[in-house]
Formats: sequence, structure tokens, C-alpha cells
Amino acid sequence: MAPGSAARLFRSLVVPVTLLLAWEGISRAGWVTPLILPSPAAVAVRWVAYLSPLEPFDAAAGPWWRWALSGELPHDVFTSVMRIVVGFVIGAGLALPLGLFMGARPLVYELFNPLLQVLRPIPPIAYIPLAILWFGLGNPPAFFLIALGAFFPVLMNTIAGVRAVDAIYLRAARNLGAGEWTLFWRVMIPAAMPYILTGIRVGIGVAFIVVIVAEMIAVNTGLGYRILEAREYFWSDKVIAGMFTIGLCGLAIDLGMSRLNGWLLRWHRGVEG
Amino acid sequence: MSASGGGDAASPAIRARGVRKVFSAGGREVVALDGIDLDVAPGEFVCLLGPSGCGKSTLLNAIAGFSLPTSGELTALGRPVTGPGPERAMVFQEYALFPWMTVERNVAFGLEIAGAAPARRREVVDALLAKLGLTDFRDRYPKDLSGGMRQRVAIARVLAIDSPMLLMDEPFGALDALTRRSLQDELLRIWAELKKTVVFVTHGIEESIYLADRVVVMTYRPGTVKRIVPVALPRPRDPSSAEFNALKREVTALVMEEQARHQADEAQATAD
Repeated sequence: MAPGSAARLFRSLVVPVTLLLAWEGISRAGWVTPLILPSPAAVAVRWVAYLSPLEPFDAAAGPWWRWALSGELPHDVFTSVMRIVVGFVIGAGLALPLGLFMGARPLVYELFNPLLQVLRPIPPIAYIPLAILWFGLGNPPAFFLIALGAFFPVLMNTIAGVRAVDAIYLRAARNLGAGEWTLFWRVMIPAAMPYILTGIRVGIGVAFIVVIVAEMIAVNTGLGYRILEAREYFWSDKVIAGMFTIGLCGLAIDLGMSRLNGWLLRWHRGVEG
Repeated sequence: MSASGGGDAASPAIRARGVRKVFSAGGREVVALDGIDLDVAPGEFVCLLGPSGCGKSTLLNAIAGFSLPTSGELTALGRPVTGPGPERAMVFQEYALFPWMTVERNVAFGLEIAGAAPARRREVVDALLAKLGLTDFRDRYPKDLSGGMRQRVAIARVLAIDSPMLLMDEPFGALDALTRRSLQDELLRIWAELKKTVVFVTHGIEESIYLADRVVVMTYRPGTVKRIVPVALPRPRDPSSAEFNALKREVTALVMEEQARHQADEAQATAD
């Protein structure tokens, strides 16, 4: 490892490690009850237990990886991510075509914009009562809320992206003989892609927030439900282990999106590599 | 005014009669072009020259079909201009390359639209990339190219669709002097080889005399044809020769009259 990167690694670890040590010290000194603030070590132990399979390995029951992922945590992560994916695909799937048309056609924009401006400031969480009235409990209201959360960021950015397409590209394409269809698919969409991807990234972020909230209300599986359940049993170590897991999932999603962004926008000025 | 030059004047590549273009800006009407009569023969290289605001780009955009004349007759290749089309290929000052496409894809774009078979596409693109010295850059994106390279790609892109006409809007204006000269030579070489009709907008006096068969000097607002100066010098032209400089003096005097009007107008506008 180069000395520069060693120094960077050290600098990036100073604050988290100091905080962890302080936290551990406070817990060991007995200044606060473990119920309010469990020690990091207790959280770590709980996290491993949360992650680990509940049954001993049995070769007859299935392959080893299925056993390794049979713990409560992998199951919760899978459930939450699945809800994000379904909700996001619904929300973005509606927002993208609408945004493209609103951006490209002033008439469509004028028709839809007033309604959207009124609906947009309503936080998705404010739809919870309505979501439960309409869809009951279980996955449907969660999908609805997540889709709603993803919808507006994707829509707004797509509209802005299409409207920001430099007219010179349209002129150049028309000049080369492009029809409306080619213009739309080969020029407008790629030119708007930086904005669209920003919208998708924000949309996934909102979807991630909304899935946790939705799971605290409408369902009894997933990461959001798990930390609420842990609170009912006063398992504060498990609450924190769950929060930590949520943070890791968010980080993983964001890193994945960032990589995808970098690849899709490799032509773009602002993106290197 | 008879504006026909060399070639067959009976069927000009471009024919303008009484072309007038009025823009309304902020409730005020601005006559950008007025009474433009101009014939450009097939295979001819014509430069439109004048100060800012003389309507040279407006005239080019009218020929390209991006912004049609308010009145008057404008035909290209015998057909009235009603909109943009691949038979009047345009090279823009800002290159206008598609930044999300590689050099190769940019050059191939027009052929794809025209529905050319992949093998044919490949053949044409390979030949053009070689002709313009772009073969090693085929997989690059425009952001990674210099201004000169980008303009080469833009030229290759319009040559790919084999348009009989090239409309060029100050294409080398943003380049440094040396790059500009080498691209001018390259353009002349391509023009001599492919016999395209070229309409080239510039405010470079020397550039216009270096390139054109005829230099169309335009007046400042409203844009009209002030004088058409034929350049009979053999190519390659030597900008340091006496004949070249005599022409340059003549054209400079014409352009500076209009530049003076332009400046007087600006001073007036500031005073208002």
C-alpha cells in the first residue's frame, strides 16, 4: 500500500474509531443502562447472531449457500430490497415516459404540470393513511408508497433533462435526416441521461427511506419491521444492529448506482474513467 | 443583379430571389435579410462574409431549412427549401457532435438513419476516418478530442451521408490559427476531390479569399448582398502574394464600411 493511501485510510478511520471507543468506554463505565445504549461489542454480537443461520447446517436440506443465507437478517434484507425494486420499477416506470413526454411536448407539460406541482410537495409518508385505506395491509400499500416516493424525483429530473437538451443536437440530427422517432430515442434520451440518472439516484434514495417507514406500518417482515419489533422487546442492541444493516444496504445501493452512473455517462464531461 | 458564377447557371445548386427574413424581438421587428439574390453553381465554393449582424448565418440557416425566409424564393437543388434535409449537410461552429457517441458512431449516424447496411456503413466510415486522420480516435468520445479533431469528426459526419452540398457556419472560428490553416487545406482537398457545393460563412477576410471561388460580401442590417468578389487566383493560394493582398485590401475596405455601420449602430444603442 502506498504511503499516501495508508495515510488516507488512517485519516478516514480516526473519527469512527474514536467514537466507537468512547461509546464502548461509556457503556463499560456503566454511565447509562444497556437498555438505552448497549455497548458496541453487544451490538456486534447481536448483529452476528442476526446474520447467522438459525438451524445447524444439514447437507440434505439444500446447498450450503442457501443455509448460509437462511438467517433472519439475509431474509429481511432480501424482503426490503425486493419491495424497493418492485415499488421503484412501478414509480420510475410511470415517471419516465410521462417525464419524457412532458419535457418534449409543451402541450403535455401544460396539461399535467399544475396537478403535479400540487401533488409534489406532499411527502409520501402523508399518503400512509390513504394507502392503508386503499390497499389494506401487506405489500400493496408498501409498493404504492415506494412507487410514489420514487415517482417525483424521476419525473422532475426527466422533464428538466429533456428541456435542457441543447437545440444544436436536435438541429444536427434533423440535418442528418433524423425523423421524430430517431430524434427522441437517439438524441433526446441520451442527451437527457445525466439528469435522468440523477433523478433515478434520488428516487432510489427516497424509495429506501419510504420502504423502512412502510415496513413499520403495513407489514411484519423486512428491516423496518425488524427494528420496530426489537424495540417492543427492548432489544436495543438489535435495534442498532438493524439500523447498521439499513445503513450498509443504503451504502451498497448508492455505490452500485454510482458505478452504473459512471459507466452510462462515460461520455460525459464531468465524469472521469 | 446577376449573381451567377462559374458552372451551369441554368440549374444552380442554390438559388435565392428576393429573400427576406424578419425576426420579431420584443415587439420590435428586425429585418435580418432583405432582397437577397444569389445563385450558387454546383461544385462552387462560396463564402458569405460580413460583420456580426449582417445576416450571413441567417442566410445559411435559411438554406439549411432551420429558419425559413419570411418572403422570397429559395430553392436548393431545384426544390424549394421547406425544412432541413440530408442533401444540405451542415457543419456547425460548435461542432454539434453527439457527446454520447464515439467518433465512429457519430460518423455512422447519418448512414444509420438512411438505413445503410452495416457492411456498407463500416466501409464508408472506415474510409472517412482514414481520410480525415481519425482512425486512431474512432473509439474516443468527443470530450476527449481537441477542437480541430472535433471539427474533423463533424466534417466526416456530413461527408458520410454524401450530401452534394456542405453548409458551413464559421466552422473553424474557434480554432487556433495553425489548426485552422491545416483544416482549410484539408477542406479544399476534400472539396476538389468530391466536387461538393460549399457555402461557407465566415468573418475572416483572409479565410474567405483563401478558400472561395466567390466571396459574397454582405451589408450590416438589413443583410443584403453588398458585392460579390470573384477570386480568380489559382489554388493553392499564397496569402503573402501581391494578388492575394490586392484582393484582401479590396474586400477589407468593403467589410470595414459595414463594420463601421455596425459600430455606429451599437454606439447608438448604448446611447439610447
